[in-house]
Amino acid sequence: MQYKAFQPIFSKITRINKATCELQSRRASYDELAIVNGRLAQVVKIMGDQVTLQVFSGTDGIPTNAEVVFTGKAPVLQVSDELCGRFFNAYGDPIDNGPEVVGEERVIGGPSVNPTKRKQPSELLATGIGGIDLNNTLVTGQKIPFFADPEQPYNQIMADVALRAKADRIILGGIGLTNDDYLFYKNVFENAGALDRIVSFINTTEDPSIERLLIPDMALTAAEYFAVDKNEKVLVLLTDLTLYCDALSIVSNNMDQIASKDNMPASLYSDLARHYEKAVQFPDGGSITIIAVTTLSGGDITHAIPDNTGYITEGQLFLRRNTDIGATVVDPFRSLSRLKQLVIGKKTREDHPQVMNASVRLYADAMNAKTKLENGFDLSDYDQRCLEFAKEYAKHLLSIDVNIEIETMLDICWDLFAKYFSIEELSVKKELINTYWKGKKREVKADSKADRSD
Amino acid sequence: MVDTATHAVGKVRGMISNLVIVRAEQPVAQNEICYIHIGDERLLGEVIKVEEQDIFVQCYESTRGLKVGNTVEFTGQMLEVKLGPGMLSKTYDGLQNDLNKLDSLFLKRGQTSDALDPGSSWHFTPTAKEGDSVQAGDWLGEVKENSITHRIMVPFKAVGRFTIKSIVADGSYGLEDTIATLINPEGQELTVTMVQYWPIKRAVKLYSEKVRPFSMLETGIRTVDSLNPIMEGGTGFVPGPFGTGKTVLQHAISKQAAADVVIFAACGERANEIVEVFTEFPKLEDPFTGRKLMERTIIIANTSNMPVAAREASVYTAMTIAEYYRTMGLRVLILADSTSRWAQALREMSNRLEELPGPDAFPMDLTAVIANFYSRAGYTYLRNGQTGSITFLGTVSPSGGNLKEPVTEATKKSARCYYALSQKRADQKRYPAVDPVESYSKYLEYPEVRSYLQEHVSMQWVDHINQTKDILIKGQEVRDQINILGDDGVPLDYHLLFWKAELIDFVILQQDAFDKIDAMTPIDRQRFMLELLLDIYEMDFQLETFEDVANYFKRLINQLKQLNYSPYASPEFKTLLDELKTIIDEKRIM
Ligand SMILES: Nc1ncnc2c1ncn2[C@@H]1O[C@H](COP(=O)(O)OP(=O)(O)O)[C@@H](O)[C@H]1O
Ligand SMILES: [Mg+2]
Repeated sequence: MQYKAFQPIFSKITRINKATCELQSRRASYDELAIVNGRLAQVVKIMGDQVTLQVFSGTDGIPTNAEVVFTGKAPVLQVSDELCGRFFNAYGDPIDNGPEVVGEERVIGGPSVNPTKRKQPSELLATGIGGIDLNNTLVTGQKIPFFADPEQPYNQIMADVALRAKADRIILGGIGLTNDDYLFYKNVFENAGALDRIVSFINTTEDPSIERLLIPDMALTAAEYFAVDKNEKVLVLLTDLTLYCDALSIVSNNMDQIASKDNMPASLYSDLARHYEKAVQFPDGGSITIIAVTTLSGGDITHAIPDNTGYITEGQLFLRRNTDIGATVVDPFRSLSRLKQLVIGKKTREDHPQVMNASVRLYADAMNAKTKLENGFDLSDYDQRCLEFAKEYAKHLLSIDVNIEIETMLDICWDLFAKYFSIEELSVKKELINTYWKGKKREVKADSKADRSD
Repeated sequence: MVDTATHAVGKVRGMISNLVIVRAEQPVAQNEICYIHIGDERLLGEVIKVEEQDIFVQCYESTRGLKVGNTVEFTGQMLEVKLGPGMLSKTYDGLQNDLNKLDSLFLKRGQTSDALDPGSSWHFTPTAKEGDSVQAGDWLGEVKENSITHRIMVPFKAVGRFTIKSIVADGSYGLEDTIATLINPEGQELTVTMVQYWPIKRAVKLYSEKVRPFSMLETGIRTVDSLNPIMEGGTGFVPGPFGTGKTVLQHAISKQAAADVVIFAACGERANEIVEVFTEFPKLEDPFTGRKLMERTIIIANTSNMPVAAREASVYTAMTIAEYYRTMGLRVLILADSTSRWAQALREMSNRLEELPGPDAFPMDLTAVIANFYSRAGYTYLRNGQTGSITFLGTVSPSGGNLKEPVTEATKKSARCYYALSQKRADQKRYPAVDPVESYSKYLEYPEVRSYLQEHVSMQWVDHINQTKDILIKGQEVRDQINILGDDGVPLDYHLLFWKAELIDFVILQQDAFDKIDAMTPIDRQRFMLELLLDIYEMDFQLETFEDVANYFKRLINQLKQLNYSPYASPEFKTLLDELKTIIDEKRIM
């Protein structure tokens, strides 16, 4: 443990509930850490000589005459290159039987970057996944969550993305990970020979839930060290932030705060934004990209957790099961990358924006056709073609199993366009049609006149 | 005007997050500003409630490390902004610190910077003369600030009438040099520099009259100008779930609107969205003056990771700066993104104060606070006969996308234009996702607005707007019918009507904010396009089956979209138009 007991000891605890305890003291300072009977706790409220401590590992078994030591400082992390390849708990203590890290002590949850010192993100972050690279292109310095139902393979996808993204450093923040998932990450990274690029802060389901509150700050403090001090491209993975929010609500309920929607604290937006906004592109080349997981309950994105998240992040990647092709896809409708405009058609081929829009529109028409079919109506020829297109589009591009280059994705789209549609049905800029259209130059429908493009 | 009285000094008694409870022997005032000392840092705070001996202070910074017994120094002043030439192009935080002057990569607690450039000098030309009788807000002279004429005015705080005792001659002067001395009947002198101060929560009302807005503020956004126009000096708001296009719409308007000064209040939103503005605006041109956009822009940035308490201050800071420029006879546009974050900041504090909560735990007086704020916008006649305006457009981020939530409802009572963004349209990528049927502009009901539009756009403009809306409503109705009865279950006319509405949707309503040409449509072009589409609407076509109708209209949409992508009245545009005529003639029944 990095906190030395150097202050006098106090006791006389006057109130205890599940997450906090209250005692008399005149020495406490706001946010500082204390040790209550050997457990870490943080000052969350001071009123006169009454100090409220939030005990991270829970208050069970804490006696009214517990030993309380104030450490005089807020939670810290020792940062240095020694962090690499290591696994830590929520306090930054090693859990891999390795030695303590020697480094510079940094207070976690530090201040925000001056917005005028940021640089506009502009570097493409390729994942090989069509539903991401084609429709929701990511950019270095972006912050974006996966919205996923608990049964979806989001941890596998995160691991794939992490290894494919050309990041200098990967920081894994495991929040309430199952032990199996923790071992999964460990194995995947080990097998890929990537362990020395990775730093992990892990809180598993076996650990006390309030400790989770420290994980994002720990992970992001390490990320800032590599991005600022070392000018590295850092990718931070946070899974699962829904469990982080649940821990927040436990604490705030225990502090008698008025809950707002879905039992979440009124400050949920700020609490989440504080972490997500650590994503940044620095002018000197260093960057922090945050990819997170927000698990949904019953696919409900109006719940306060995904809702607040969506308002904060630069888009969201919605994982869905597509029963037509029997695979998980990145849903093209509700998913969004707000930073894609910065790279598509600029860092990628010029036809990217229009191809993306046209294919999503045709896919939407297919979904309408499907509804028609389900309601027992006849399908038009166009409807039929849309459905055929949608199946291939989902299989070759939307499925998360796909791993191809962006140009290949665009080429596949043009192939499918030519196979199923006429130029007019695409509604794509003429110049692009002239260059990329792979079908006949003439309208296929018998009743229409020749296309005028020449 | 410096208050020399001694001010209270207090001691910290407790804290929860950024609410600090202080005790002091001497009197303090509600909303008085104070400094809380931690080591050698001084944290700004504001008195928000007094209860017997306890003074509740909202601290504008993180209170980490604060202890009981720390000193709190009161100032006798309310939260004020510093006003003068040099504000344009700056990026401020919510408390008007110039962020570019703060050198460190990370914002340090307690760090402040000057809102103006103290060493700067300006070429001053007097417009008033010795012996003139003046009062607060009257123009004494002018300096050139970027492309605007920045008036140096009698300080807004000056009470009563003054006579100009002396005023400097045309020439270059330092920001803080005395440029005039005024004297009142009691013989008290007031020295005037180019700098003055004003408390942000108090409206500047130095105009002779505020009239109902009557002239259109051109935005270049078709779904706004051609359907629900906003007026200069008017108010509007844009509610919408996340990702539906609030920010993109505001950015587009900030680039394209016919305004002299644009103030961007980024309130609790993403830092990267500010970065986008200050990265791109210096390169983009103001469509009206040809100068760089950044020259007319001021950014107030309280991003979501900056102290929550300053969120409320940020919108008031923006409004007060706007009022300053309005008093100079300028057209000011404020864009606030998002006012919900400000409301949430009020909620967080109200909860900490354990006030009786209103709906969704927002403070009971939320509606009044919002109404009061929106009422500061407006079209004014100044005392010298000139006009100045503040147009205010805010976004609202309804939780869960539910438009019945308190902030949306409260704002609806104050704002006159309502641009509801629809999740469904956004999902279909029909951007801007403004719902054409739900949205409204109350200004269309004003007779003075109608006659303005008749005179400045076209005699039939208002009729065209109404006709277009009717078509869109009918289009939705027949679409519902088709969905219920099936393609074959309805007459062919239904399909025709549906596709005619789709044509308007695709060609007028949808607009690609990221396409150079399509992004901005000047009003002439809007008139041309709307008239063209209404003409097509009136036409009969020789089409046999519903599939023919769909295919034919897709061709029309395709052709008209190409038209939208080409420069207005260019040779290319004319060719596309001729081609359109050919396509129309193929099927048209005369
Ligand atoms: N007019 C538009 N043209 C093209 N794309 C748009 C338009 N408006 C919105 N979008 C798309 O929607 C995304 C989200 O828009 P944004 O304004 O950031 O949403 P909000 O502020 O409502 O959360 C943008 O990143 C962009 O991809
Ligand atoms: Mg936004």
